[in-house]
Amino acid sequence: MKNISAAGSRFSRRSFIVGSTAAAGGLALGVRLPFGSGSAEAQSAAGAEIGAWVVVKPDDTCVIRIARSEMGQGTLTGLAQLVAEELECDWSKVTTESITPGQNLARKRVWGEMSTGGSRGIRTSHDYVRRGGAAARIMLLQAAADEWKVPVTEVSVANGVITHAGSGRKTTYGKVAAAASKLAPPDPKSITLRDPKAWKIAGKPLKRLDTADKLDGSKVYAIDLKLPGMLHAAIKASPVFGGKLVSYDEPKIASRPGVRGVVKVNDSTVAVVADTWWRAKTALEALPIVWDEGAGAAQSSATIASHLEAGLTAKDAYAFRKEGDALGAIQGAAKKIEAVYSTPFLAHATMEPMNCTVKLSADRAECWVPTQNSEASLAALSEQSGIPLEKCEVYRHDLGGGFGRRGGNQDYVRQAVNIAKRFPDVPVKMVWSREEDMAHDFYRPISQCKLAAGLDDKGALVGLHVRISGQSINAFVNPAMVANGEDARQLQGYTDKPGDAQLGYTVPNLLIEYAMRNTHVPVGPWRGVNTNQNAVYMECFIEEVARAAGADSLAFRRALMSKHPKHLAVLDAAAAKGDWGKPLPAGVHRGIAQFMGYGSYSAAVAEVSVSREGKVKVHRMVLALDSGHAVNPDQIAAQVEGSVAYGLSAAFYGECTVQNGRMTELNFDRYQILRLAEMPKVETVVVPTYDFWGGVGEPTISVVTPAVLNAIFAATGKPVRSLPLKNVKLV
Amino acid sequence: MPKLNINGQVRDVQVEADTPLLWVIREQVGLTGTKYGCGVAQCGACSVHLNGQVVRSCALPVGNVKPTDKVVTIEGLSPDRSHPVQKAWAAVDVPQCGYCQSGQIMAAAALLAKKPKPTDKDIDDAMTNICRCGTYQRVRAAVHMAAGKQA
Repeated sequence: MKNISAAGSRFSRRSFIVGSTAAAGGLALGVRLPFGSGSAEAQSAAGAEIGAWVVVKPDDTCVIRIARSEMGQGTLTGLAQLVAEELECDWSKVTTESITPGQNLARKRVWGEMSTGGSRGIRTSHDYVRRGGAAARIMLLQAAADEWKVPVTEVSVANGVITHAGSGRKTTYGKVAAAASKLAPPDPKSITLRDPKAWKIAGKPLKRLDTADKLDGSKVYAIDLKLPGMLHAAIKASPVFGGKLVSYDEPKIASRPGVRGVVKVNDSTVAVVADTWWRAKTALEALPIVWDEGAGAAQSSATIASHLEAGLTAKDAYAFRKEGDALGAIQGAAKKIEAVYSTPFLAHATMEPMNCTVKLSADRAECWVPTQNSEASLAALSEQSGIPLEKCEVYRHDLGGGFGRRGGNQDYVRQAVNIAKRFPDVPVKMVWSREEDMAHDFYRPISQCKLAAGLDDKGALVGLHVRISGQSINAFVNPAMVANGEDARQLQGYTDKPGDAQLGYTVPNLLIEYAMRNTHVPVGPWRGVNTNQNAVYMECFIEEVARAAGADSLAFRRALMSKHPKHLAVLDAAAAKGDWGKPLPAGVHRGIAQFMGYGSYSAAVAEVSVSREGKVKVHRMVLALDSGHAVNPDQIAAQVEGSVAYGLSAAFYGECTVQNGRMTELNFDRYQILRLAEMPKVETVVVPTYDFWGGVGEPTISVVTPAVLNAIFAATGKPVRSLPLKNVKLV
Repeated sequence: MPKLNINGQVRDVQVEADTPLLWVIREQVGLTGTKYGCGVAQCGACSVHLNGQVVRSCALPVGNVKPTDKVVTIEGLSPDRSHPVQKAWAAVDVPQCGYCQSGQIMAAAALLAKKPKPTDKDIDDAMTNICRCGTYQRVRAAVHMAAGKQA
């Protein structure tokens, strides 16, 4: 089953590339490739479009259109399952096809939003893609009924085979597709969707549709693209953030083999273009460049740390939550606990470095790019090239990792357009070196957090004060939006509002504040965004408070969670599967944590040992997740496993430090990533409650680090308050 | 003109001798399954087999590769994804984004050629490639599965 569908998917992908390649090669093929909206095209051998989401071919293949970006998170398979569930087709005959933003624009965004971030791919489109699948089913059944001249109520379908009960006649989707494509789609509001508890395709741990070509090297990532006459660009921006390009000595490298020219990309960036990327990169390294480093050159990790530290006690702070009198309650408490935590800048380090291929002609702009937001890429292409949107097209390639780096920031698309301007009608592929990727990320924002709590004489929490001082993503993206310093996004996970990222604890006197302290370093969303730091601060400090109260870590949390039954249920699920309270081998200790983000509830139990030399080993992690619905439990498990690796890389090694205004860690030798040998055994407990739709890609990463740090606390008797662990002396 | 034996085919390549094998494979030979990840032999996305040994091609100058050396890339591992490692990878649904998986598969295939029944420790030592999606748990399971099938 798997092979057929996977091979089909691959073929579809390949025809897409061939189509776009041919177009780039100058053939008179339209923007609307690989599929069209016209009725003639709709009836071609390519298949008949049955509503916007489904194309059925004569051989019964069902091609499901995918609007969101696939970057490993499995959204392509999950979305296809949702459409197929309502379509009632044969899953072994399902393939998928990426739509382009140009097509979406031309058809008045019939496929909705294409942006893929914030763990929203499935949770914000499940309703309309299921209705799209159901609409196609209704049209196909109607076409069969029309052909047999019987009422549609007398026909039924299973696995893409339509049956008329009275006469026993049978036909297939492929045979009635052409007729169905001419019918008017039903009103989406008239459609009753299936009860998720009765799902047969969705909700099942089906294999991914996009695996086969990842096994033999045939998958074409954007970095692999080959187009006729293509040139290659290597790029370098001012190592100091905010620095400017003053001059470069082009004649010094002009005679190197294959070099076609040096391009000033923008005020701070230069590129070398050559016939191969390796020649471009080595020529760029040999190019003498003069930079004006600017004011940023005076900044370092130390200056940034003291800037943030001042925010911990500054008078001006945004009071995000103020319930009761936290400061008074702590002041008058029987026992006071205080701590200061800190977390560093982090780079995304997607395995596929930033890249983008652009071809500009007099009245046409095309771009091949790994992007989490195809429509933002299209807008950037049009703005930067000056060519109207309707004459631009973006061919999205599946991403070699995204993690938030390739969403709103279309910096690399804009750069590639500027380089391509120098070479009209020639496709130019710009690829960043790993060093450039590490030097010019939009980093996870740096922050510090001062916490204080008061316990009464019975060990109950009477007051909690949380003050975060740190950089704001919103302030970097759009300073005007948060000019008053009131940036709730930096308090992700601490809100009292249900539904998205609610704090799971009820504290009688609570004060949560934010002191915005921006730096010259660009920041952006990084898988899990602010839930990462905020979960460390909250969950590690709650652990300190629980221990000060002499209470069990789980029992202390449970006592604060009676008004948050969903948080509590997930915590209980992790504790049960994680054997909380049961004996452990000598030297192994447990830690626990819970948090909410992206509409989903997460909890983790970690089993950790710390050697006499202070070396940490994470043996086992159990994570529980309530994402409301579970479209593919095996892919949810894969995301949870991946979140453990991404989270532990950050916990153990991750930091981007600033010296002389620039990043110090420029490759994996200094920016270490967790390796297989360090990967704990991960067990995933999926506990859907079917009454909401939450995200999957990001929620669980927040609980990974605090669960491990709390286990280290259990092992050593000392809290860990700063990251990464490689800098912390544990014993 | 330098000659390279890649996936059993002898090819002429016109390139500076200090060009890393990776970029010769990708840009001259045109096989793009072997990936660029770091350029400093840290991540393993560029892993290929050189005379049966797994090597990181991003740090190997092509001038150091002799015409008699046999280079195998992911495209040459099997004609039809039938290598036990590829089959196990599919069965366990290992890849997420997939970008590092060519290198992971080549490293696993070289390990199994040397140690048909690897222990967890053997896998720890041999599978040092970076995966940012964090597929390590499934990589381990798939190596064990492939070892079972080879037996």
